[in-house]
Amino acid sequence: MKLIKTILIAFVLLGLIWVDLPESIKTKYKIPDKVDFNIFGINIKKDFTTKLGLDLKGGSSLIFEANTSKIKKEDLNDALNSARDVIERRINFFGVTEPQIQMIKTGDKYRLSVDLPGINNYEEAIKLIGQTAQLTFRELPDEKIATTSPIFIQLTRDTGLSGIHILKSTVEFDNQTGKPQVGLKFNKQGTNLFAAITKRNVGKPVGIFLDSMPLTTPTVQTEILDGSAVITGNFTTDEAKKLTIAINSGALPLPIKLVEQKNIGPTLGEIEVKKSVYAGTIGLIMVLLFMIVYYGRLGLIASLALIIYGLISLFIFKAIPLVLTLPGVAGFILSIGMAVDSNILIFERIKEEQRKGRSFDIAVKLGFGRAIDAIKDANITTLTVAFILFNPLNWEFLPQFGMVRGFALTLAIGVATSLFTGVVITKRLINIFYKN
Amino acid sequence: MINFLKYRWLYFLISTIVISAGLFSITKWGFRYSIDFTGGSNFEFQMNKVVEKSKLQKVLDLNKISVISLKQQDKNIFLRTKVLDQNKELLLKKDLEAKLKIKITVLRSETVGPVLGKEAIRKTLIASILAIIGILIYMSFAFKGFNFAFSAVLAMFHDLLVVVGTYSLLGHFFGAEVDTMFVTAVLTTMSFSVHDTIVIFDKIREYHDEQGSLEMESASNQALTETMVRSLNNSMTIVFMLLALTIMGGSTIRFFILTLLIGTVTGTYSSPFVATPILVWLEKIKKK
Repeated sequence: MKLIKTILIAFVLLGLIWVDLPESIKTKYKIPDKVDFNIFGINIKKDFTTKLGLDLKGGSSLIFEANTSKIKKEDLNDALNSARDVIERRINFFGVTEPQIQMIKTGDKYRLSVDLPGINNYEEAIKLIGQTAQLTFRELPDEKIATTSPIFIQLTRDTGLSGIHILKSTVEFDNQTGKPQVGLKFNKQGTNLFAAITKRNVGKPVGIFLDSMPLTTPTVQTEILDGSAVITGNFTTDEAKKLTIAINSGALPLPIKLVEQKNIGPTLGEIEVKKSVYAGTIGLIMVLLFMIVYYGRLGLIASLALIIYGLISLFIFKAIPLVLTLPGVAGFILSIGMAVDSNILIFERIKEEQRKGRSFDIAVKLGFGRAIDAIKDANITTLTVAFILFNPLNWEFLPQFGMVRGFALTLAIGVATSLFTGVVITKRLINIFYKN
Repeated sequence: MINFLKYRWLYFLISTIVISAGLFSITKWGFRYSIDFTGGSNFEFQMNKVVEKSKLQKVLDLNKISVISLKQQDKNIFLRTKVLDQNKELLLKKDLEAKLKIKITVLRSETVGPVLGKEAIRKTLIASILAIIGILIYMSFAFKGFNFAFSAVLAMFHDLLVVVGTYSLLGHFFGAEVDTMFVTAVLTTMSFSVHDTIVIFDKIREYHDEQGSLEMESASNQALTETMVRSLNNSMTIVFMLLALTIMGGSTIRFFILTLLIGTVTGTYSSPFVATPILVWLEKIKKK
């Protein structure tokens, strides 16, 4: 029984170390930093890499404000969501890994915060994101050229019909087949234009382009006079929905204005991280030394517990995954302090009980029991503060920006973990070390 | 047992001096606000060779840039201006490169509209007030008395004043700017302060309950004697971390870490020497 327990603990510890190992360390053996397997038909996929925030990794952080004055209230949500989707698509087009796009509502103002880690070509990014989505309809040019290039490349002539002519685009379902299709409704001018376009293009393709990217290239079946059209194709409901959002975003242009941009060069961030990690390591070693010198064997145990604490916290950071920023690091440092505090509290209590003439065994028991009150009260208060600062329900009147939240999140994780290691692990370790 | 509370006038004096110095600095010099609060643009350019400052200034003037500050360190220039939009920034960079025959690498470029910072501060303030109310409620329950909670929060305000006041001094003498990082540091200090106070109060409560007849004052003295080593040891560990980060860490976080350091010191100091005397005093009033 005992052996099984020990083996289990050893496995958990190895697992923690495996996940926590910095990616930059190269070993002779290739250590995978991903989990990807099937169990009971469920695919478990997780990669354990440290995600650094913009202030550490470098990159651009942009905040846009949406001009909602021209949008009707009931369309506002649609428009904002489409704008968000369009921006996301444009960013993906730009090749950013893990962009973060967040909608922030303050009063009656809507802002989009866009984080582009690792992107320093911010001028271009801003231009790309800031433009209003443009939906255009194109047809084949008059002169026929024999070519094998795809249809959408051949569609070069602009028909003059564009997003401003579309009233609305919706997902519809075919009466006979039940297949999803995309319906378009044009305004008066659009109806006339569309009628003319379909008349001269029967049997020919007409392309719908968003930001010069082809969305779809349906072939015109018949002349359409009533200003409504459907795009059929082998859509799934989801695809049809995405297409309507894309078309609506072209149809409901939501002008956005850049109100904040921050750009941190990659070298600056890297130097800062290197220096801080170096300094943090030295600080940590000093803490461990201090504990061992002052508390002797108990200090050694506390140091071990602290290292395990560090491993668990780092594991949680990587598993969530949490984007580590400078304020996040501050929250973590604070929680280290509180973790050490739990141990010191317990040890001082144990010493106190020993001074009262109690045997070590009983002193440990009493010390833990008594210290737990103080630890509990202190940590619950801190968790309350972290909870409010983190603003989990995304309330408008509380901080919605990443910085304060990053701080609160690492603090909360740190404190919760320290409650566990400071009490459970330290007690276990004391039992192991003092039994023999 | 050491009679710590005998010297409460001394603690009062120390706190008064430190806070007065801070308040004096705030009224006289105020704060240096970063662009997070004032709005504006910040640039850090790296040039491929050293250029005279007067030449830089000339190009800036030609471009009609309203410069707030311009600092130079070897090949790096730190430029702060009023809000400069994307196009103007690009033009300026090109113009600098052409006229001074240099190549510029943009290390950092930030432009912030003036509204955002104020909003962030307002929201953080609301969150802090809610957090304080949360602390008051929880502590009132846990300690079965409002006086414990009230003293802990007063001590927290003491620490807040110390941190904010010293930061004004740091701003005046060393150019520290009030930015969003500073706000985080203040929040950290506030949570640490209450955390530290609770540990001591817990001990006071224990002695007070254990020996029913014991006066709050002697219970406090006993508790302070018992917890002093723990308080010092605990703060020492945090101070070690922060000192290492202040001395060796990166330059952008230096003032941030320094603020945390000040916060830790005052947070530790205020628990036995501010919160406890207030608690004893409040309990005395209650008895009368």
